[in-house]
Amino acid sequence: MDMSYDVAVIGAGVVGALVARELTKLNIRVALLEKRNDVAMGATKANSAIVHGGFDAKPGTLKAKLNVEGTALMPLVCNELNVPFGNNGSLVLGFDEEDMETLRSLLARAAENNVPGVRIIDREELLEMEPNIAKEAVGALVSATAGIVCPYELTIAAVENAVENGLSFIRNCEVQGIDFADSEFVLHTTLGDIRSQFVVNAAGAYAGDIARMIGDESVRIQPRLGEYYLLDRAVGLTVTHTVFQCPGKMGKGILVSPTVDGNLLIGPTALDMEEFDNVATTAEGLEKVKILATKSVPSVSAKNAITSFAGLRAHPLNDDFIIDYSPVNRRFIHAAGIESPGLSASPAIAKYVRSLLLGIAGDLQSRNDFDPVRRKPVRFRALNDKQREELIAQNRAYGRIVCRCEMITEGEIVDAIHAPAGARDVDGVKRRTRAGMGRCQGGFCGSKVVEILARELNVPLNEITKFGGGSDILYDKTK
Amino acid sequence: MVVIGGGPAGLAAALRARDCGVKRIVVLERADTLGGILEQCIHTGFGLHYFGEELSGPEYAHRFIELLQKTDITVMTDTMVIGIDKNRVVTAVSPEHGLMKIEAKAVVLAMGCRERPRGALAIAGSRPAGIMTAGTAQKYVNLDGYMPGKKVVILGSGDIGLIMARRMTLEGAEVKMVCELMPFSGGLTRNIVQCLDDFNIPLRLSCTVIKTHGRERLEGVTVANVNERFEVVPGTEEFVECDTLLLSVGLIPENELTKELGIALDSVTGGPIVDEMRQTEFEGVFACGNVLQVHDLVDYVTLEAQLAGEGAANYILGNNQAEKVYVRPECGLGVRYLVPQKINIKNHRDVKLYFRVNAIYKNARVVLEVDGTVISNKRKVKLAPGEMEDVLLKAEVLAAMREDSRVLVRVDV
Repeated sequence: MDMSYDVAVIGAGVVGALVARELTKLNIRVALLEKRNDVAMGATKANSAIVHGGFDAKPGTLKAKLNVEGTALMPLVCNELNVPFGNNGSLVLGFDEEDMETLRSLLARAAENNVPGVRIIDREELLEMEPNIAKEAVGALVSATAGIVCPYELTIAAVENAVENGLSFIRNCEVQGIDFADSEFVLHTTLGDIRSQFVVNAAGAYAGDIARMIGDESVRIQPRLGEYYLLDRAVGLTVTHTVFQCPGKMGKGILVSPTVDGNLLIGPTALDMEEFDNVATTAEGLEKVKILATKSVPSVSAKNAITSFAGLRAHPLNDDFIIDYSPVNRRFIHAAGIESPGLSASPAIAKYVRSLLLGIAGDLQSRNDFDPVRRKPVRFRALNDKQREELIAQNRAYGRIVCRCEMITEGEIVDAIHAPAGARDVDGVKRRTRAGMGRCQGGFCGSKVVEILARELNVPLNEITKFGGGSDILYDKTK
Repeated sequence: MVVIGGGPAGLAAALRARDCGVKRIVVLERADTLGGILEQCIHTGFGLHYFGEELSGPEYAHRFIELLQKTDITVMTDTMVIGIDKNRVVTAVSPEHGLMKIEAKAVVLAMGCRERPRGALAIAGSRPAGIMTAGTAQKYVNLDGYMPGKKVVILGSGDIGLIMARRMTLEGAEVKMVCELMPFSGGLTRNIVQCLDDFNIPLRLSCTVIKTHGRERLEGVTVANVNERFEVVPGTEEFVECDTLLLSVGLIPENELTKELGIALDSVTGGPIVDEMRQTEFEGVFACGNVLQVHDLVDYVTLEAQLAGEGAANYILGNNQAEKVYVRPECGLGVRYLVPQKINIKNHRDVKLYFRVNAIYKNARVVLEVDGTVISNKRKVKLAPGEMEDVLLKAEVLAAMREDSRVLVRVDV
């Protein structure tokens, strides 16, 4: 295989996806290379799913600038991509005078960072706003522009839209070495050599490894583990705002937040790790989440947990996003060290990388045929009976409900598999359709999804994996 | 009459209602065949009580399916019920018929139960492939014909877990152990003997899985003993190499539709509160089988469903609509729950009260008391939470009861 592109983006997390989409708006050939079997398999898959107001980042940093810009762009991008965005606002709780002092300094920072809609409220207004908050809270900082979005849904939609506009998405493509000669990079990958004029390094936790492949030692990432519980929809409305405690050295602390899907998310912890790919939860971490979350919202209970999970943030040792030309080769652009508020900033990061590319590649033409709108996928659950009837009349597969907890039809699963950059494994179907995300966690529909994947991809059942690689579900045939 | 679910409960309820004279009956089944979970239970042991012979799951189901096929009861498979409203209008969808609204005089809920998933347990560790419920593994092996693993640890000693320990062994897998958090098994004694003891598979009581290992496919689990408060006993942690963890940690009645109707549920059984004919607190809505209470044997599901079918028939045909006076039997020492939760004392018929005990009892007595008088006192060599027990409340005792009468079932040690 010999492939050549103008720009190769390495890593299909939310940053790589939005960067690739942004660059596809230009009249150039763009490839998005992902080493896993799907998009959104790293930090993007497991984080707090929060769009921050932008008052937390240190003024003058890229984090501050791109957070505020990204948060302003997020509703527009979500609208184009037909991804749910909830502008629920956030609260930082203060429990004593020291906390209130911190809130006042955050308020001052908000002004410096040009964050609109931030103010401090007293206990009375707080309890009126959120009656389930701990009675010990004495006040809070409100941020009106903050919101919630599903990070992997955003990523899936962005890649889908970009592929429809001509992006080459290449999965199971791990970059193992990079050479540069004759003003061109040669990326040695598990799928063969790929040539590209420019490279964007959006490899998340592995961005340092990718940088070292061109002799660049400047990207230094510390993996930092965060553990979460996801609670049942039954308690999804316990709070409407995203509720933080006062930030500390290791991050913004434990939050309690609704999700766009109506669940309640509690977490994360913050634990520096030696390894880059260990996302196992720990008994201690989960215990900590339980205890600290009840400080904000006493009624929150892990008894309502549907699942627990952990994610790795790519913490940059210099404490700021690393989005710049590589000091070794300016045709190599880093979009690395993207920890919180990375999701919030991601639409702005995409534009920033585009401007960096234009800065080195010269005046690239914008396309006039780029369609920014991603068609809304069918969501049977959200339709009324008349719409459902019409849908089944069009395609009978929408009349077969596969996942009963979330009411997901076979038609939606088939759509997810055949979408641009579609699902290839059980978890991919789950992220695209929610099949298996309900209270039975795939107990009934898991095997059905395996069958549908095998049928649609025309492979035997035992070739279907949970999430690619060696995550085999079935072995040999029975005796 | 609309029957939701075409498993053993739905089948028996429909057939009995037909025998009682209900003309228009439809059975709605979400799978593409009737029989429910029995279709994947290819082991034997079914029907010993009801038919007096030992059948496999599909054989047991087919006895009823064949009877049903001789009637003009309408069967719709591949059909999922997505709602019931207060007027008992059932909304269902199927690829063949699209979206349907069916007006029912009576509804029989027979949706069965689901297995408790891993998430509810919050076991620490990675989330690789190879962790699944015992029932999912059973489907892969028995219906799809594929092995989901080679080296297996089973968490929980529910019956499906025990059955799968034997099944996986027969298919060449190595089942290393069955870990049970409780100091006793929740499964049938006969399954422990025939599925574990006969294959030298250790059952480790007061033991649980505290961590999973492996990034893509499971590579092992850490097991540990627990004390009376279910806390891990330090120093007992042990790594067990395996590629598969099967969960058999409880069954949950599938009552989402029931809840939608606002029907009261019993917090212990997880099923609706019913009377002796299995009518829920919503008039004209009946429940039977595992949606009502998790059964140990399908034979009892059949008997229960026949009561529901008869109750629904009486309701539709306007029989037995005399005054209803309910008493609510009480759980005494050692008794976790009682089904039915209420009994109409004006309905003069024998009523069997089903229950489970809260621990293992040896040489104990099951005592039924009405208004302080012992009605029956049966000696039991062994009582175990894994097995359903029953006591009989005879029609003549019922006939002598008043509305303030107290019925109590307890275990005397």
